[in-house]
Amino acid sequence: MPTLYESLGGEAAVNAAVDIFYRKMLSDDRVAGFFDTVDMDKQAAKQKAFLTMVFGGPANYSGKDMRAAHSHLVARGLDDRHVDIVIEHLGGTLAELGVAPDLIAQVAALANSVRDDVLSRAKGGAATGT
Amino acid sequence: MVAVRRGDVTATLAAGESVLDGLARHGVTLPSSCRAGACQSCLVRAVAGTPPPAAQQGLREGLRRQGYFLACCARPQEDLELAEGDADLDVEATVTVLDRLAPDVVRVGLRPARSLGHRAGQFVTVTPPGGPSRAYSIASASDAPELELHVRAIPGGAVSGWLAERARVGDRVTLRGPAGECFYVAGRAEQPLLLAGTGTGIAPLFGLLQDALREGHRGRIVVVHGSVAREGQYLETSLAALAAAHAQLEVHHAVLQGEPGCAPGAHARCSVWGGSIASVVASVVPSPKGFNITLCGDPSVVAGMRRALFLAGAALTEIRADAFLPSAA
Repeated sequence: MPTLYESLGGEAAVNAAVDIFYRKMLSDDRVAGFFDTVDMDKQAAKQKAFLTMVFGGPANYSGKDMRAAHSHLVARGLDDRHVDIVIEHLGGTLAELGVAPDLIAQVAALANSVRDDVLSRAKGGAATGT
Repeated sequence: MVAVRRGDVTATLAAGESVLDGLARHGVTLPSSCRAGACQSCLVRAVAGTPPPAAQQGLREGLRRQGYFLACCARPQEDLELAEGDADLDVEATVTVLDRLAPDVVRVGLRPARSLGHRAGQFVTVTPPGGPSRAYSIASASDAPELELHVRAIPGGAVSGWLAERARVGDRVTLRGPAGECFYVAGRAEQPLLLAGTGTGIAPLFGLLQDALREGHRGRIVVVHGSVAREGQYLETSLAALAAAHAQLEVHHAVLQGEPGCAPGAHARCSVWGGSIASVVASVVPSPKGFNITLCGDPSVVAGMRRALFLAGAALTEIRADAFLPSAA
């Protein structure tokens, strides 16, 4: 049985998704401010790593990495609403690419599994918004 | 067994071992982060041997052609020799031309003692005798025997000041490089190109443009040069001559302090605009999807255009940017 990553189309799917996803994030005033000062190439590489992970692909990100990468954003006000927006745009991106709803739900669940690490809190530390 | 050489160290890779892990086992620790081929921290360059294609996925065409690959996911099938840092060998060069292109721009001609193997649009580091080093872009075509640089004379500039005021034809400088990925890549002759630069950011684009035309690029080519004042459009005559000879080329001069609106330029396919380069780019290429885009010059202007072009539909992998960072002294 193919993995989620294989079902979505592997690296080709990640490459197709990264521009659409990043464009949605930068176009959304609710989250765009978090990207104002970042290098677009480095950010695109991080988006690609993130998408690879939530597609269930070969990624070596640990919970500690996710905490370290986002702690400065938590200090700037990153919270559950922003994670919800990320998951919303993730779903919108996959829908644009013609991915079936059940696979989108699996991707959203994987993204949700790192929510507490991204927000620098203990597992199950707060109710989720979606 | 596959061997990977870097400087004095030769690492023999175990079966399935990556270049990154093999070198680390031999005491050579390269920068690395994600170890999954995403973050590109472990980018290295092969100067001999062919890197495995899987280790070049996601890299820009220009980097791939120069032999760059990601050490963390490279399991090569043949021996490789890696460049050590960016320390290519120095090359001596003689100053052959020094003249003013604009009140604050000096054209510098250099004849290197041997070929640098450069591509127009890349940059070289110039070190005057006993001086510090500064990087300048190459404005001449790749096959030209001499390099042409456009140097903005910065008051008190350690290297630009020397080139603008004290250097003489016949003086010798040391060159290192080339580096940079803003050069013409053949193979997609029908793709539209957008070349936008501020100030001397037009220099690498002018080199790239000459290469593109010489290689028979057929797609639309849009050049936009931004300057503060009208006199900053120092390549207007040269660009108009190219536009006259090549129907696929159009040239737009964006003068920040100019009269608002669009006026005819030195040729039917040239025009002079009043306003920011970003606003002119948005007017002449409202839908950048499908374009290959090269941006050079002022870092904040380049960053702003890059973001705007991406949001307007350009693919990130089709945008190359070379931000000119002024040195502190």
